[in-house]
Amino acid sequence: MQKQEKILKPKGKALMGIFLPHTKNTAEFETVVMPPVAEVILPFSQHIGAPAKPVVEEGQQVFVGTLVAEAGGFVSAPVHSSVSGTVKKINPDSVVITSDGHMTPDESLKPFEVKTPADLAEAAGRCGLVGLGGAGFPTKVKLSIKEGTVIDTLVVNAAECEPYITSDYRECMENYDDVINGIYLIKEILNIEKAVICVESNKESAIQKLYEIATDTRDENDSVKLMRLPSKYPQGAEKVLIYSATGRKVPVGKLPSDVGCIVMNITSIATLYRFIKTGMPLVQKRITVDGTAVKEPKNVIVPIGTPIKDILDFVGVDEDYSEIIMGGPMMGVDIVSADVPLEKRNNAITVMLDAVPDVTTACIRCGRCANTCPMSLYPAKVDSAITFKQHDNLNSLNVNYCMECGCCSYVCPAKRPLTQTMRLAKAILRREK
Amino acid sequence: MSKLLNVASSPHMRHPDTTRGIMLDVVIALLPAAVFGCVIFGWRSAAVLAVTAASAVVFEYLWNLICKKPQTVGDLSALVTGVILGMNLPSTIPFWMAIIGSFIAIIIVKQFFGGLGHNFANPAMTARIALMVSFPAAMTKFVTPFAVDAISSATPLASLYGEATSTVSIKEAFFGLQGGCIGETSAFLLIIGGIYLVIRRIINPIIPVCFIGTVALATLFTGDNVLLAICSGGLMLGSIFMATDYTTSPTTNLGKIIFGVGCGLITFIIRQFASLPEGVSYSILLMNILVPYINRITEHKPFGYVKAKEGK
Repeated sequence: MQKQEKILKPKGKALMGIFLPHTKNTAEFETVVMPPVAEVILPFSQHIGAPAKPVVEEGQQVFVGTLVAEAGGFVSAPVHSSVSGTVKKINPDSVVITSDGHMTPDESLKPFEVKTPADLAEAAGRCGLVGLGGAGFPTKVKLSIKEGTVIDTLVVNAAECEPYITSDYRECMENYDDVINGIYLIKEILNIEKAVICVESNKESAIQKLYEIATDTRDENDSVKLMRLPSKYPQGAEKVLIYSATGRKVPVGKLPSDVGCIVMNITSIATLYRFIKTGMPLVQKRITVDGTAVKEPKNVIVPIGTPIKDILDFVGVDEDYSEIIMGGPMMGVDIVSADVPLEKRNNAITVMLDAVPDVTTACIRCGRCANTCPMSLYPAKVDSAITFKQHDNLNSLNVNYCMECGCCSYVCPAKRPLTQTMRLAKAILRREK
Repeated sequence: MSKLLNVASSPHMRHPDTTRGIMLDVVIALLPAAVFGCVIFGWRSAAVLAVTAASAVVFEYLWNLICKKPQTVGDLSALVTGVILGMNLPSTIPFWMAIIGSFIAIIIVKQFFGGLGHNFANPAMTARIALMVSFPAAMTKFVTPFAVDAISSATPLASLYGEATSTVSIKEAFFGLQGGCIGETSAFLLIIGGIYLVIRRIINPIIPVCFIGTVALATLFTGDNVLLAICSGGLMLGSIFMATDYTTSPTTNLGKIIFGVGCGLITFIIRQFASLPEGVSYSILLMNILVPYINRITEHKPFGYVKAKEGK
């Protein structure tokens, strides 16, 4: 009985959204560590903001965790070598490192002491941490809270609402200690009153596991809570999550901190804690490799910068695949070639046999897009405004509220690419400004 | 050089429902009532249905051909219009009138306004009204079920509101053993079709429930027989299959309530006070015209909406 009381129900009334097939095939498999590959490519821009600036020279010897490029501005993140070896080439947008196969860690790496909120932001900066849920927003910027802003809730995002992806789930099953210590550390340093860990209801074992955090003895005031969210896409979207966790609505153009919240992905928290504990920056990632073309889907720990084709060779995919998606099928980005490297912000590779056919009919005005949009927009009206070149209407249709979750395209029976149209509409507004 | 990959904008998966699938579901839901109409009114009803369905599809095909537009008969929307139109006609109607009906529905009401999704009124229903106004005698020549010869009979609706003496029991009206248009007699089978559509999530039950509920309540106040009022005439067919037409009904739930209640009230007023025995078609047409306004006043605000600053 007491157990049930500890698990919260969402505060905000469930927003619209859609029920997707979960296809979390990899949920109960141990993560596999991928052996080092011959060469890694480390792009300077694996985050939102200014690209990093290289600080190494060609031919220089580097180790796992050696800084290869420093942050190129405030909104930026440094890049560290993910293998030990030598710098082969410095391209305008990336560094290529040849691996010696030993994965020797850099000896100069030391645990980082964190005492003040500024230290925490600095740690996130040195770690090269970015939002690991997919957005890639530098965590240092998120944690640099302005003087006078009161943050009372830390929202821990373990929703993982995309189909296929289980990497956050495996993180909290396998690196449970880092997760729990990370949450308490951040809460303590930033002096945040309470923390809410949000998990979707389809992850029962994670809920059991995380429940231990909520009942931990350190938690004297019972301030760390677990929340069971409905398994409904897009629960993990920042604004939706804050609404569920606190009942607060983030106004358009405002940040979570404006309503007293910080949202952090559960893997980001664990990674930050590992950096503070060991000094090892973000150099490897757990990614889910799944999709219709993957024979044996699994979670793999891969050095950042590993070319996608090497990962696919390691996992084994059907040769007839026709689409590679970085991320999940709802919000992931298609890549043009398997030669590109894995980036920090990627959490999954979805390889599909068949791409979505682009056969559309006229809009039948069924209203499904408007009735599923979590932001309560009217994608079909935007579609019509674009078709008839009525660009003046786009502002009053509030296209800038759109977070491109993909629900509208997903439900459309006429198969119209509504999410793409929303992106186009935003681009038109930007251009006309 | 690695292989060529498909590159598209996200999302990379889609719900299995398609326009064609939805239209097919509507046809399936209409079938029980249509087949029942053919059983009780004889072979000629089957012929009328075949003529309206085929001519609707042919008109759509020809329109696309003449206007050099992509062919759209494959989405089955013309077939749905044709079947619904046929179900709204008496079995005695001359075939040429049925074909005129299909022409009005497909060419004038649907294609002149831009085709699928752009018509402001339900095509089949507007065609029925046009035929009703043009050929009132032929449109009200109803047959008694299982009659050997075409004997015109008063519909229960006419008797309910005091124009003739009622001979139909509630049971007969509910299961469809009454005079009327081909597809409108059996409330039971139409409700089954409606439940199928609701379960398949094709239609939202708000409009039919509000529509029928309003008529029932209003009839209750005037003291007439409520069950007979909702089981006779075109109320079931109209509320379940025509008022729920996506294109001509409001988007939001509040809008759907306003639409359903409005349809019900107008139906009741026409039945009760006007000289016409039936008001379902006119009520839906009138409310169709109001849909853009209903949509405007019930528009939901975006999540986290802040009012735009003045003078921007």
